This record gives sequence, C-alpha cells and structure tokens, in this order.
Amino acid sequence: MSLISKGHIACQGCAALSTANLILEELGPRTVAVIPACCLSVCNGPYPSAAFKIPVVNCAFETAAITAAGVRAGLDRKKEEANVLVLAGDGGTYDIGLQALSGAAERNDDIIYVCYDNEAYMNTGIQRSSSTPYGAHTMTTPGDGYKREFKKDLVGILKAHDVPYIATATIAKPGDFRKKVKRAKEIKGFRFILAFTPCPTGWKFDPKYSIKMAKLAVKSGLFPLREIVWGEETVKEIKTKDSKADFKEYLKLQGRFKHLSEKEINNFYRAYKNFDWKF
Amino acid sequence: MELLSGSQAVSTAVKLANVDVISAYPITPQTSIIEELAKMCATGELDATYINVESEHSAMAGIIGASVAGARTFTATASQGLALMHEVLHWAANGRLPIVMAVVNRALGPGWNIWTDQTDTLSQRDTGWIQLYCTNAQEVLDSTLMAYPLSERCNLPVMVVLDAYLLSHTYEPVDVPSQKDVDNYMALTYERPFGIDFDNPYSVFQLAMPAEYAALRKKQQKDFELAYSHYVGEAISFRNIFGRYWPELSGCGYTANYKAKNVLITTGTISSTAKALLTDYKRDVQLVNLKLLRPFPAKSLREAIRGAERAIVVDRNLSPGLGGIWAQEVRAALSGLPVHTYSYIAGIGGTDVTEDDLDKIIYDALHHEPKYYPTFVEDI
Repeated sequence: MSLISKGHIACQGCAALSTANLILEELGPRTVAVIPACCLSVCNGPYPSAAFKIPVVNCAFETAAITAAGVRAGLDRKKEEANVLVLAGDGGTYDIGLQALSGAAERNDDIIYVCYDNEAYMNTGIQRSSSTPYGAHTMTTPGDGYKREFKKDLVGILKAHDVPYIATATIAKPGDFRKKVKRAKEIKGFRFILAFTPCPTGWKFDPKYSIKMAKLAVKSGLFPLREIVWGEETVKEIKTKDSKADFKEYLKLQGRFKHLSEKEINNFYRAYKNFDWKF
Repeated sequence: MELLSGSQAVSTAVKLANVDVISAYPITPQTSIIEELAKMCATGELDATYINVESEHSAMAGIIGASVAGARTFTATASQGLALMHEVLHWAANGRLPIVMAVVNRALGPGWNIWTDQTDTLSQRDTGWIQLYCTNAQEVLDSTLMAYPLSERCNLPVMVVLDAYLLSHTYEPVDVPSQKDVDNYMALTYERPFGIDFDNPYSVFQLAMPAEYAALRKKQQKDFELAYSHYVGEAISFRNIFGRYWPELSGCGYTANYKAKNVLITTGTISSTAKALLTDYKRDVQLVNLKLLRPFPAKSLREAIRGAERAIVVDRNLSPGLGGIWAQEVRAALSGLPVHTYSYIAGIGGTDVTEDDLDKIIYDALHHEPKYYPTFVEDI
C-alpha cells in the first residue's frame, strides 16, 4: 500500500518520490520520516495538508541524522516501537549534514538513513554539491566552469565508520532495492542506504527516461549496486565489459553533460574505468 | 542546606525534574553540568537517555527530535556553543517545543575568553526563548525547576542563565528540595498539542505559506504575552510550596510604598553585588534586578520606576555601535515616562564588578546628564 497520497508537488519523473514510496511500502505505517530541507520536504506539500501518510518531522538542513536519533530516543523512552527513517538529499548528506551523519554513525544510532542522491542542490535550483559528478553543469558550475572534481566517496566514508549496514540501490532495480530495505529493517543500529535518483529537472533529460537513466548509471559502472553488512562487502552489479557505450548514452541523454567534447567524454570514462571502488 | 556550585544546582534540578533525554556537547565553563548529569545517568541515579553529540548544533537538534516524540529534555551550553546553536534555537522556539537549557554566560571570541559576559545569551534575544537570569546558586536551582512547568504550560523553550565562574563554579549553601516536594510541585501535567501519532499521522514543521506562517508567529507573540502572567503565577506556586520567591523584578529598597528618585537596574551576579552595596546605602537609590529578558517585564518595570528621575542600567554585555543591551530594553520599556536612562558598561569578559564600581557609577549618574552612548566604568 502506498503511503504517499496524490497531490504531492514533486516534478514529473521525480525518482526521489518513487524512492520514498518504495521504501515506505517496505517499512510500513509504523515509520517516522525525518526530512531536512530538501526536495521531499517540499513535495510533501504545504501546511496543513501533507502527502505523506505517516508521521513526518521536518528538521533544519544539517540536522537530519541527529534529529532522527533524538526522535528514536524519545520513542524509546515511551517504549514505542517504530522505524525511524531519514529521507535526505545529497546536499543534506554529503555536505552540510555530514558532521551530524558521522556522529550518528559513530554512535550507531538506531535509525535508517536514506540519502536520495540527485547529484546537486535541486530544491534550490540546481547548484553544485560534493555529490555532483565530474563534467556536470550546474548553476554554480556554469559554462566552461563545469565540475572538474569527482563525486565524493560517501559509501567509503560510512564504511570507515564500521556501521551494521550500508547499501546502494535504485528504483530501476526495485527487487534489489526492496530486499535491501527489508534487510535494513531487520537490523538494529545505524543503517544507511544511498539511493540513486535521476532528476529530469536538474539533469535536463526527458522525464520519461528517469528509470532508463538509473539503469544506465548502474550498467556503466557510474553507480554500482553495493551491500556492506558489518564491513563485509558483496557487489551485486558492477560495470560490464562493454560499459563504454552505456556510459556514452548516459551522458548524451543529459543536458548537464552536453558541453563535453568526445575527447573529454573519453577522458572522463578512462578516469572512471581506473576508479578504485576499494572492494 | 547543601554546599553546591551553580553548575551542581543545575544538574541537581535536572535530576529532580526527572528529564527523559539529555543531549550535550562540552564547552568551558558548562562542562561540570553535563559531566555530573552523565554520571547520574551512568549510575542510574537519573533514568534518562544521554546522547553524546558531536556539536552544540546537534545537541539542540537532538533534543528537538526527542521533544517532538514527547520526551522531557535538557541541554546546557555557553558562548560559542550557543552561537553555533543559533539556527536550531529558532527551530525549537518556532516549533513550540518545551525544551529547557542552561546557559553559562561566557564571552565570545576572539580573543579567547572563558569568563563571564552576557553577550552570548542576549544576542539570542529574538529567537523566541524565555530567558531567566539568576543571581545566586539557589536561584539557579529553583529557576531550573520552574523552567519545566513554565515551558510545558506555554509550549515555549526556556533558557536558564547563570554567570560563568561567579555562579557556575562558586559554592554556596543551597536548600535542595525533596523529590516528594518537587513531584508535588510538578504534579500538574500539560498535554502536548502535537507529537508523533501513528494512528492519526501528520507532518510537523513543514512548508508554511505566508498566511499560515504569519498566523503561527502571531500566536507565538500572543503566547509570550500570556507567558508573562504564567511566569508570575509560576513564581507564586513555587513560593507556596518551597517558600522562596523569584519574581520578575526584585531588589532592595524596592517596595510599593517607597519610591526612590534613582533606580539602579542590574542583572545576574551584579545584582547580588548591588544588593550588598545598597543595603543601608547613603544615597537615595533603590535596586531593580531584572529576571526576565523575554517576555520582557515592561509593565512591572514601568510601575516600579514611576516617580523616579534616573534609571541607571549596568550592562555586562555589549552591542557594538549601540552599547548596553539591557539599557536599550529598559529605554524602550520606559518610553514616555519622565525618567532618564543612564547606560554603563562593566564587567566585560569577566572583569570584576565591585561595590566600589557600582558606587562610582551611581555617583557619576547623579552628577551628569545622560548620554546616548554608554559610559565604560573604567572611564569614570
């Protein structure tokens, strides 16, 4: 049963909303969602209406992880059993929320933290984040100032915190995603899921390609599907041998990469091919 | 009577108030408060969840989460820590959460200075917190106890403010109430207007369009106006049970019958020094100690000051470009009354404010016209 009603104000083709929907279907109605400033805090709609049919606690941008830890502590005092879920964007996770996230991971707070990664500050109108990939145009990396740095290895950072559960997932692989949410639900302690959520508005592609984008990102090796239980890593899907065609198609379907020359795309691909995922 | 420091007075009150969740980050000179509470939680003396966070910003955010879930909460900080918390102070206040926090007044850097100065709490004036200032360790304990029913009744967060070292690390005889009396005092519980409800789920703190936002803020102001009477009532209920009275204004020589021509207005430990000076004082001066910054006791202050010619305000804080912050509050509150407000700055960064300093200030005010900018005590 969907726990997000009609009337939400997400953009057409928003993968973040579908991601939230899938997660809530698995976690069920005894779930509190803690949402910092991000697209989903807006998608929920303005007071007094709300699209989320579960309790939602909105919080300040950089406080999602600790607010969730506080909610968990408060519910525990009342002996109320529930999932405490964070739904935060990449800005609130990779950048401004990283300190509180590290704190919660280090304390092994009993929360499920989901970062829906649309690779830039989309809610404020497409500005660069440390999750924005190499080569992308954003409003703060415009023209020839396109991003020259690679995406931050957030999974690596969390892995170093030695937490019970880390996974990456995408709605293009819903079976895999559901299994991961189920597994996360059964574990106690700090659980982290990085969800890859293509954004038609920010990446400049036709909304009908949201799922295709996520598929290509997985196939090309840009977003490997991973699962790390207490530091033990299994890789379900990683780039195939002829991933270059997928890689090029992925880039060419998106306006944010359209300025890249063939040479730059080849350099970009070579850099990724040699990227060490530290398995 | 027990010999307690101001910090111990805070932690003892927090224990007596039976808080559920504490979230804290250390900063000098607040550390002894949170260390004591950590110890109480570890030994089971206090049955509360203690979250060791990685910053003051998270300390406040953590208890915001716990408070939404219905828990009674506490944290403590000072100076830079309070400044870092600024954003989430607004969140707690606009979120109408009954959170209690102790703040040990400490100067803001640079230069690094760990001594007392009120600029940290006064610069949080507009965040929507009730602020209670204390003059001695007993008042610290009692104010922390009063803070809980006050915040839970008004759905407004409360800051209990105490001077660094002069209060936080100074040992004084303190009457520690029995748990039974405290339970009796706090017997009345207030239902939370919102929380986490799985049967009838809703969102809190979400997007608010202009009209809805404006209505929420208007309600906050109206509730602050009520909070003023609630504080007055709370002080009386407290006196009825414990026999100690901490009104919104207090002082020596301040009675309904006697009105002096000159009123010395002070806060915190400077009020204790002023009280010592003004007992059997040679000049016609009465003392008014301000306990509340917000809600500001404008009505009581106007009544107290009626008939006086001079309001002499001593500020251990500084709003650069303007001067003493309490002096400005007093000026605004006394607007329209035929009284001159004198502003003096003393005790910045923990420098001593002695009876002699206060005597000098009074003499200066009595022999000069008021100035718009403040006078620093060392320049007299």
